[in-house]
Amino acid sequence: MLYIIQTALELGFLYSLVAMALFLSYRVLNIADMTTDGCFILGAAVSVTFAAAGHPVLAIPAAMLAGVIAGFVTAFLQTCLKVPSILAGIITNTGLYTINLMVMGWSANVSLLKTETIFSMFKKTGFGGAWYEAILAGIAVAIAGVVLVWFLGTRLGLSIRATGNNMDMVRASSINPTFTIMVGLCVSNSLTALSGALVGQYQNAADINGGSGIVVIALACLIIGETVLGRRSIVKGAVAAVVGSIIYRIIYAIVLYTKIVPVQGLKLITAIVVALAIAAPSIKEWIAFEKRKYTLKHKGGRSHVKN
Amino acid sequence: MLKIEHISKTFYPGTVNAKTALNGLNLHLDKGDFVTIIGSNGAGKSTLFNAIAGAFFVDDGSITLEGEDITFVQEYKRSKTIGRLFQDPIKGTAPGMTIEENMALAYLRASHGTFPFSRITKKDKEFFREKLSLLNMGLEDRLKQPVGLLSGGQRQALTLLMATMVTPKLLLLDEHTAALDPATADKVLELTKKIVDENKITCLMITHNMQQALDLGNRTLMMANGNIVLDVKGEERANMSVEDLLTRFKAGTGFALDNDRILLSE
Repeated sequence: MLYIIQTALELGFLYSLVAMALFLSYRVLNIADMTTDGCFILGAAVSVTFAAAGHPVLAIPAAMLAGVIAGFVTAFLQTCLKVPSILAGIITNTGLYTINLMVMGWSANVSLLKTETIFSMFKKTGFGGAWYEAILAGIAVAIAGVVLVWFLGTRLGLSIRATGNNMDMVRASSINPTFTIMVGLCVSNSLTALSGALVGQYQNAADINGGSGIVVIALACLIIGETVLGRRSIVKGAVAAVVGSIIYRIIYAIVLYTKIVPVQGLKLITAIVVALAIAAPSIKEWIAFEKRKYTLKHKGGRSHVKN
Repeated sequence: MLKIEHISKTFYPGTVNAKTALNGLNLHLDKGDFVTIIGSNGAGKSTLFNAIAGAFFVDDGSITLEGEDITFVQEYKRSKTIGRLFQDPIKGTAPGMTIEENMALAYLRASHGTFPFSRITKKDKEFFREKLSLLNMGLEDRLKQPVGLLSGGQRQALTLLMATMVTPKLLLLDEHTAALDPATADKVLELTKKIVDENKITCLMITHNMQQALDLGNRTLMMANGNIVLDVKGEERANMSVEDLLTRFKAGTGFALDNDRILLSE
């Protein structure tokens, strides 16, 4: 049981950075950024390649920079070239497949054997004992979360939030939406790449298919977190990404351990959960409407209907 | 101050839907002018505002604001010096952000060269609170509340405050009280008058209230078919009644004023 919690914490922290990235792109900027899958592997590929070359620490900012570039490409397609936002992400994502293979030296996966990683380096400090991986991941997430919340409170951050909140207002105020969308997507993709970078060194490997479906999983994490904590404020959103991610990994670990559902089925379940959660408002509306129709039919009156 | 020379704009050119919304329009404003604009449906009033604000670039002609040619300046750059209010109170503020955050955004316009990572300071907050208290709506105690919780009138008043917090060179009011209930509309209009007077803001206001068009400001324009058909000011305007205005309009255009929302009197 303790092992389950430990693993869930480790993976929860590591993958929560993607949920945080989606909080920024999907919730704050109101853009469904499909770059996420490819960007995650890009982060892992760059990170593992750097670590293999003996630079595990330098690997982290390098991976984030790669993520910034990926985000920039998507934003450029979307703002300057007017490609519809979802398509822009898918185009970048497709192109990234080749880039990722190239980064990994044209092989589908790269493993780190007895190479120093930031995790092995941190282990040597003896801090945290057996929980060293969870602690290091937790520290990284805490720093990223604090920086993100701080950033969204700055003038630039406020402009980004306004861009996702009311485009009409942005057009009539002195905010350049092209610029704010670009900055927003660069930051969110750097977070996704950071997650990939940490996961790569945590697993001592990068795989070309390692990121498939991560955008939906991260969205599920964010929605779980928001259901637990509620929405509205920026701080809550960032914390929800982490909490939701940990809950998701606990569920995942329990399924893996008890085999209630075959592990292969988990992605389908995740997809259904996300679809239902996002569809919830319209489902609720439909149910309310049917109820009203029913009561009107059976009471036959036009009197006030309570439901 | 504002010099509009022969601007034209045709939407969907070359198609059956081609519509000439502005047709060689000329307009010169002096500093401190408060101009009211009335006109039929589709006369080009809002299109004129869009052209001035830069929502699109004109096909022909030029626009100069305080000596600076802004004909091809991007909308977001123009909005540093041009304030704008729409009829729909929802358009001017971000509902998911707090009052204080919305005001901080408006305040951005003042901050030429300010560090993009600067945050709302205590001093800013004091300033916002002081400005909000001028509205007399109790908003100064609700700085941390999301704007989505405010009523339409409160949102429009806030938008007005935001548009004028940093005194704009030009203020464009596009029927900004039309969507409000009469009492709130009066209040927002009073505020508008007060703020425009105090800061001597050059202002263009579209209205569908004929009496208001004559009462407010110092000059009245009537538009039809993408051009200005009547331009009255000074003594001529002071002695004018709504009936005179309608007669002059008909004499100028050959048809009666046709606007389904026009108010002939209070």
